[in-house]
Amino acid sequence: MTTNPAIELRGISKAFGPVQANSDINLRVERGTIHGIIGENGAGKSTLMSILYGFYKADAGEILIGGQPVAIPDSQAAIRAGIGMVFQHFKLVQNFTVLENVVLGAEDGALLRPSLAKARKLLADLARDYELEVDPDEVIEELSVGHQQRVEILKALYRQADILILDEPTGVLTPAEADHLFRILRGLKEQGKTVVLITHKLREIMEITDAVSVMRRGEMVATVTTAETSPEQLAELMVGRKVLLRVDKTPAAPGRTVLEVENLRVSDADGVERVKGISFSIRAGEILGIAGVAGNGQSQLLEVLGGISPATGTVRVNGDAIDLSGRHSNGQTRRARGIAHVPEDRQHLGLIMDFMAWENVIFGYHHDPAYQKNRLIMDNAGIVREAQAKMKRFDVRPPIPTLQAKSFSGGNQQKIVLARELERAPDLLLVGQPTRGVDIGAIEFIHQRLIELRDAGKAVLLVSVELDEILSLSDRIAVMFDGRIMGERDPAATNERELGLLMAGIAGEGAAA
Amino acid sequence: MTKLPNWADIVLVPLVSLLFAAIISALVLLAIGQDPVAAMNVMVTGALGSPYGWGYTLYYTTSFIFTGLAVTVSFNARLFNIGGEGQAQMGGLGVALVLLSLPVWPHWTVALVAAALGAAAFGAAWAAIPAYLQARRGSHIVITTIMFNYIAAAVIVYMLVDVLRPPRQMEPASARFPEGAALPTLHDIPGLSLIFTREVPANVTLFIALVAAFLVWVLLWRTRLGYQIRAFGQSEPAARYAGIDPFRTIMITMLISGGLAGLMAVNNVMGEAEKLVQNSSEGAGFIGIAVALMGRNHPFGVLVAAFLFGFLYQGGAELGLWTTIPIEMRIVVQGLVILFTGALDVMVRMLLARLFFRKPPPEVAVAARERA
Repeated sequence: MTTNPAIELRGISKAFGPVQANSDINLRVERGTIHGIIGENGAGKSTLMSILYGFYKADAGEILIGGQPVAIPDSQAAIRAGIGMVFQHFKLVQNFTVLENVVLGAEDGALLRPSLAKARKLLADLARDYELEVDPDEVIEELSVGHQQRVEILKALYRQADILILDEPTGVLTPAEADHLFRILRGLKEQGKTVVLITHKLREIMEITDAVSVMRRGEMVATVTTAETSPEQLAELMVGRKVLLRVDKTPAAPGRTVLEVENLRVSDADGVERVKGISFSIRAGEILGIAGVAGNGQSQLLEVLGGISPATGTVRVNGDAIDLSGRHSNGQTRRARGIAHVPEDRQHLGLIMDFMAWENVIFGYHHDPAYQKNRLIMDNAGIVREAQAKMKRFDVRPPIPTLQAKSFSGGNQQKIVLARELERAPDLLLVGQPTRGVDIGAIEFIHQRLIELRDAGKAVLLVSVELDEILSLSDRIAVMFDGRIMGERDPAATNERELGLLMAGIAGEGAAA
Repeated sequence: MTKLPNWADIVLVPLVSLLFAAIISALVLLAIGQDPVAAMNVMVTGALGSPYGWGYTLYYTTSFIFTGLAVTVSFNARLFNIGGEGQAQMGGLGVALVLLSLPVWPHWTVALVAAALGAAAFGAAWAAIPAYLQARRGSHIVITTIMFNYIAAAVIVYMLVDVLRPPRQMEPASARFPEGAALPTLHDIPGLSLIFTREVPANVTLFIALVAAFLVWVLLWRTRLGYQIRAFGQSEPAARYAGIDPFRTIMITMLISGGLAGLMAVNNVMGEAEKLVQNSSEGAGFIGIAVALMGRNHPFGVLVAAFLFGFLYQGGAELGLWTTIPIEMRIVVQGLVILFTGALDVMVRMLLARLFFRKPPPEVAVAARERA
């Protein structure tokens, strides 16, 4: 067997107008390996992979697949060259079955039945070989995110991909789903397939890859063997400076009780009970972390406290009960009570993507008299000035208030939300997935801000599916499973294993108060 | 997708779309054995070649501004109000009921204020029912507003035949509005009468329409209410997060939208016909949708688009008058303009995008600015 690499890129450059997205990229991905590509948002990873998949045409350079130079003008050519891509946002038809989605665009003829029968048999084989079990007759929208991702992988394998590119595959997965995905990827590797994994999570790189290439600002800064590197070294290569991976914080000095929740119950639109009578409290100057696999009621808890959806039970803020009926209580009344909310889904809840940054900086606080010129007209010029100041203080890049929210990277979008919510100095901050889709440099910044808020004597409710984040920020940890709190732990006296068991619903000492 | 520069988006895309519509229109004319150049000549001369022509063009423009603004306001909340036609007709009923309630009006300004309030109130009320159904029950506003157009037409017929028709009158129409209710036309306005030497249908309502366009701009981009309307339109979940009440926003937006559509009746019913007749709005409510679409749901765009459609309307009528080209040709041309500026907008955009230098996607552009 020859040792031709699966993919070789030579001198790939791509400019968008004056912006050099990729400059002189060289990359060798060996056959039968898992190769990580890591870099901050905007480093050029996605552009590079888009060139490989035929979405963009490189300005210069050549692509060799299995040692042969190939031209990839479109994605059809990429598929013919044996490249399959699993996008961050799945490209599946929601109301088609798994089988129909797999076959879509790769039918053998005008009649569907023979292709479907063939695909059904092939899917059964693939499922057996790679732990890729999915019910072929299930409709996509009925599947969990993890299963939908498997369908994407199956689609690529059905098209006989030898090289599989995955773009931020774990961003949407629970830890268990991510583990399963990694098992699938290892299986693929053992069968001689080549996997390229694009991510910004160092842990994943360390866990699964054989080699890793680091990109920074359009350039390939290094390719190293995973076994010979460390997270600290990779982080430094990515950011270009030393990064603190652990959060520095002093012990908490909790004061009076700010938030008291008693027997809170939440049902969703379909009448399914998602939060099943939970009770807890948070004091001033402490961070309560809620750990749990996504979908166990944490999102509903945040939405109820933030005034988005109704609930039953009792919630007191600074001793006063708040209305949970949803009729006369909403985001406005919550804000008036000193509750700020950094929602889990910043792109759909926290920001209006088509609004400019300055319009987003007052979102939810637009009734504030300080933002009005008179009873009718808003003080737009004043708001722009204030937005600019806040964006500078929160290191939003670029600090241009007239850019639309969607023009900013994920981390900078999150900083806009944080600037808006934290600068109000709320008594209680609700924060969900504060660093999801955020680059390392920004994570450090966001964590420091949350600790600062705590040290200023505010109460913080932190919901995150990142166990690392919960462990390093929280002063107390509550684990949610199936709408209940399984237990509360002291972060200093617990570990990932114990929390993992609680997250899986295996109780230690029963529900805590 | 690559994004065109702003000026190309706002100016070039509609112009190119219009050019396509004109070319296809010319082909249609050739196909029915007519001379497109001669036809274009008749249209331009008829609509813009004389003060008389301008008087008609501006009259139609005025109506289209109101209905175009109505769609613009609702669309900024992503409520597709297709009911401008019915709301405008009900506005006409409001005008008629108000003006017929006094035997004589002391001054036209008094009559104008009263009639405008009546028109807006009736238009808004007609929009309120679909709005409520959408806000409380989730009935799709496109469907309900369309149905309400038919109901409005039926209500008007009933009112004209059984209630408002004076005894011994054969025509299903209201009585003529009393004295003192006639609005000055452009011919009656000192100064402008030097230009408009003959009686024309365009009347003072034109100026109200211009003021309305400015006020809609202020509303949408300078007030808190407009901010909430736009936020709600962009993302309902985000609006809930921010504490913007969906029910209240839908109701207020649709009331404003219906009120604007109703105000159109001041132009045609009060300013021109001076009595209420069947189908008084003559499809202006539907043209408002095209006007808003072409005007990119911006009040100033609406002004330009309304003028274009006013030109097409008057020019088309002239075609029917002076040539053997059937008057239906203006419907064909309007249809093509709507097709190209609305439905095929993306196609035109893609064509233009190829001509432009490929711009970087936003993520990369931001990265570049960070570096700078």
